[in-house]
Parts: sequence; C-alpha cells; structure tokens
Amino acid sequence: MNLTYFLFFICIVICTLIITHWAAQHTKTTYQYYTAAGSLTGIQNGMAIAGDFISAASFLGIVGTIALNGYDGFFYSIGFLVSYLIVLFFIAEPVHHLGKYSLGDVICARFPSDKIRMMMAVGAFVISILYMIPQLVASGLLIRLLLDIDYSTSVVIIGSLMTIYVVFGGMYATSWVQIVKTVLLMSGTFLLALIVLSRFNWSISALVGQVKIGTPLADQFFLPGNMLSNPVEAISLHLALLFGTAGLPHILIRFYTVKNVKEVRRSLVTASWIIGLFYVITLVLGMGTVAFIGWDQLVVADPTGNLAAPLLAEALGGDFLLACISAIAFTTIVAVVAGLVISATTAFSHDIYHHIIKKGRATEKEQLRAAQWTALGVGITATLFALGLKNINVTFLVSLTFIVAASSNLPVLLFTIYWKRFNQTGVIVGMASGLIASMMLLLFGPHMMNLDGGWIHGEALFPLSNPGIIAIPIGFLGAFAGTMLSREKSQSNNTYAAFFIKAQTGIDTRRDGA
Amino acid sequence: MRNENQQMEGHDEKKPDYVKVVNSNQFKKLMHNKKKFIVPLTVFFMIFYFLLPILTSYTTFLNKPAFGDISWVWLFAFAQFIMTWVLCTIYVKKAATFDKQADQIIEDQLKKGGTTK
Repeated sequence: MNLTYFLFFICIVICTLIITHWAAQHTKTTYQYYTAAGSLTGIQNGMAIAGDFISAASFLGIVGTIALNGYDGFFYSIGFLVSYLIVLFFIAEPVHHLGKYSLGDVICARFPSDKIRMMMAVGAFVISILYMIPQLVASGLLIRLLLDIDYSTSVVIIGSLMTIYVVFGGMYATSWVQIVKTVLLMSGTFLLALIVLSRFNWSISALVGQVKIGTPLADQFFLPGNMLSNPVEAISLHLALLFGTAGLPHILIRFYTVKNVKEVRRSLVTASWIIGLFYVITLVLGMGTVAFIGWDQLVVADPTGNLAAPLLAEALGGDFLLACISAIAFTTIVAVVAGLVISATTAFSHDIYHHIIKKGRATEKEQLRAAQWTALGVGITATLFALGLKNINVTFLVSLTFIVAASSNLPVLLFTIYWKRFNQTGVIVGMASGLIASMMLLLFGPHMMNLDGGWIHGEALFPLSNPGIIAIPIGFLGAFAGTMLSREKSQSNNTYAAFFIKAQTGIDTRRDGA
Repeated sequence: MRNENQQMEGHDEKKPDYVKVVNSNQFKKLMHNKKKFIVPLTVFFMIFYFLLPILTSYTTFLNKPAFGDISWVWLFAFAQFIMTWVLCTIYVKKAATFDKQADQIIEDQLKKGGTTK
C-alpha cells in the first residue's frame, strides 16, 4: 500500500475515533445512548439521515449502474429520493410522537404487548442485519481491490471500527460519523464532477457526445429500456423503492434524535436536498466514467461496475484523487454500517432485553450495559457472517431489505397510526405475511434460482427479480385480513382516541432535552 | 368495554376525555385540514412518479428530443427531483399551521382536562 493511501485512511480512522472518544464522555444514560438526547438540530440530523441512507451501494453501485446501463440506472436515484415524500407525509411525525427509542415503541404505544414488541424487534433486527451483511461484504471486496489488503483483514477492520463507534459512542458517535461522512462524500464527489465537466469546457453536449462514443449502447445510452426491459419488473422496482424507505428501522430511529417535529421536518427537507443533489452528481460521474474510461475497460476491471467511481478518480487526478475517493468510500461504508449496528442494538437491548426479559424494570445502568454488550455482539456476528460469505453474491440482499421493509414494517406502521379498526392479530399476520412473502418470492426468483450458479439450481419458479409488486400488496392484505377475520375485540374508543391524539399532536411526548 | 372505559377514567379524574377531544370541532378541523392538504398531494405525486416507468415501458414518445440533445425522458426524470423538493418545502410551510392548531388543542382541551368547548 502506498503512503498517500495510508495517510488518508489513518486520518479518517483517527478523526472518527476522536469523535467516538468525545461521544463516550457524553453518553451516560440510555436516552443519550439511543437518541443522542434528542440534541441534534434539524440540519445536522438531515445530514446524518443522508449519511445513514447513502450506502456504498448507492455511491459506487449507482455510478456503476449508470455507466453500464445509462438512463435506467437513474431510475434507482429517482425512487430513492421520491420515497422521502412518503416518510415526510405519513410516517416521520407520528413516529417521533409515539416512540421513545425503537420502532417497537411506536406499535406498542397502541398495542402494549410483549408478543407485538417481539415481532417488531425481530423484524428490525433481521432487516438491519440483512442490510449490514452485503455492505460489509462489498466493503471487503472494495478495500481489497483498492488497497491490496486481503478480504478478511478489510472486513475485520471495518467491522471493528463500526463496533467501537457504537459500543462506546452510541448514537452521538454514530450521528457525527454520519455527518462527517456526508460532508466528505458531498464535497469529494462534487469536486470530481466539476473536474469531469471542466475537461469538457463545461459543455454538456460535448460530454454527451463523448459518452456515446464510449459505450456500446451509443444513442440508446440516453434512452430507457437497457436494464429494465420488462415493464412489470420496472414498475415493481419503483414500488419497492418508493415504499421501502418508510419501513427501514435505521432511518426511522433517526426521528428520535431531534427535539420536536419542526426539527423532524427540517431534517427530512435537508436530507432530501442532499440526497437529490448527490444523485445528480452521480449521474455526471456515471457519464464521466463512460467518457474517460469507456465501457470495455470498466467491465474488464469489474463486471458489476462498482469500480466506476474509483477508476474515474484515478483517470482524472491520479493516485492522490483515487486515494481521496477511496477514503470517502471507506467513510461511507463505516457510517452506514454503524447506523445499522445501532438500529439492531436498539431492537435487541431496548425492546427484547429491557421490555420483554426485564419487564421494563431494568435500571438505567443495566440498560446501558446491555446495550453496549448487544452492540458488541451485533458487530461480531455481522463481521463473522461477512467473513463467511465472501464468495457469494449478496448484493440482492440490499433490494431484499427494501422489499421486506415495504411489505412488513410499512403496512403495520401505516395501519397502526391511521386505521381505527386495526388490531393485534392484524399486526402479527401483516408482519408475518409480508416477511414470508418477500423471502419466498426472492428465494424462488431469478436471483437465487437460476441455471448458472444460482443457490438453487433450476429454472426460477417466480419470474420477477423485483418481487415488490406482489410482496407489498400481500403485506397490506395480510394486515387487513388478519384484522377482519380475527375475533379479537376492537379497541375501546377511548384507548384509540388517546393514541390517535398523541400521534397527531404529540401530547405527553414533548421532549425537554434533559 | 364500557366498564373498562369507566374504570380507566375512574382512577384519575384529571385524565381528559379523549373521545370528546377527538370529536371536538377543533380536532376535527385539524384532521380535515391535514387530509385536505396531504391526500391530493399524495395522489398527485404517486401518479406523477409511476407515470414515468409506465410511459417509458409501454410507449416511446418520451424518447423524442424536447430541445437540443435533451429528450423528454430526462426532463421527466429531473421533474421528479424538482417535485420532491417543492412538495417537501410546501409541506413544511403548511405543517407549521398544523403545529399551531395542535398546540391550541393541547392548550384548550387537554391540559385543562377537557372542560372547554
């Protein structure tokens, strides 16, 4: 490894460890550990949401997808961005009003039961771990390609960093690592985009012309239909992207880290600007890759296209810029996985340990200790999985998490908040049917079942690789049917009214920031 | 179920009568205002959002150039970005008035134990 790379990496590791050290000194209570004591401003929290949301898969994956497929790659960006409207309009404010630390809190504000809490906690835990593994695997492969450190060492480095942040610094460290990551990512990619444009004398049409030469798609690069030629597949993907974000536990717990709904909304507006601008930048980078590297060379370097951004940086600014972009990719990965670790930790230590095992009677000290041990356990488990799954293509797990979130968490959240008739059976049937449907459809879909190298050898039983269009309605129908068919008494008017008023106005949950 | 309600209220007389609050004009107005604002916008953005993949999948007329090199598919795609930013901003503006209404309800009906209105 050459010295430039080494300096960049050491610099980032030291900075984040200083943040963690500072955070550790401020983390004495569970309120501080799980939510940074609601101390972030809307703008800071918006940057942290962007830092949580823009994964390495977004950064490297989308640049690569655009470089390989042209217009269709941009579809992902649109879906990821528009999904924030659902979060803002329907989910964010009630979640802030109803919950304390976790998603389980929100549902249990209406249906206080251990069974429900367990269900929500397991859901959040599974989604977070499923999302963490592909990130870690991808990061191992990436760091190996970029720095020539072997796969296991890279995974262990990233795994231990994320664990250290969360164990010692809790939500403070996680949030600030994510904020730093957003600043680095935005400025680094913006700079790279400016360099691309400046090489073409700021003429978009010159860039477009060069792109058409660089790709075998030629004119077709700028038209839809290269990747998603099947209409149902395209619509299904859009559906999962649109509804997925609103069910992702690691994003939803970020509505507890600010002090009121005004700041919640400000966070989301900030996040939507950052995320939107970021995707515009990735578009320029994707086109730049085709223009400067060319399709042929990109595919030779990495057939999935994930190396597009690093290759572009190297072509434009040599070793130094490559080191800079690699360091940014590295920060991106650790920030996202840290967010996932704390989300999985909250689900386990707050919901399962504190509420279910200890019946809500654990002391502050016990809770904090439990949270830290859980974070350690989560970190180690995810790292071990990632070490074992090196040679297996796990990128489909990213889309799986969006589909699971959209088909299990989202229906249950929406019905709990807005539907008076909804009941506990509905929660359980909804969660279970969404989860099982999305898993089964993926298992028997073309990702897992195919004739060359699939986990299951054979013709796919289910034709779509994006099962959202079937799985999401199944989740909603399950929650609906469970409610209508059960003999459970519906809630008394007064209980529901109290809940509904709390969800809509936030009475009793005003946080004083203490 | 009735008994349950009465028991719950019997314990604590200061507890507001939530059903009364939910049925109050003030609260109904808040929910009406929210609905009137959010539902049409949601219908709009869902249609706008799904129109793009539907049109690009089943038709090709968006592939024609709009002006210069830029075709309609790109304009439509960027319009989605603009739409998201605009709707977010409008919502935040509007939501400030919802906050005021909610605070008023808490002030008038809940803090005082549901005695007014």
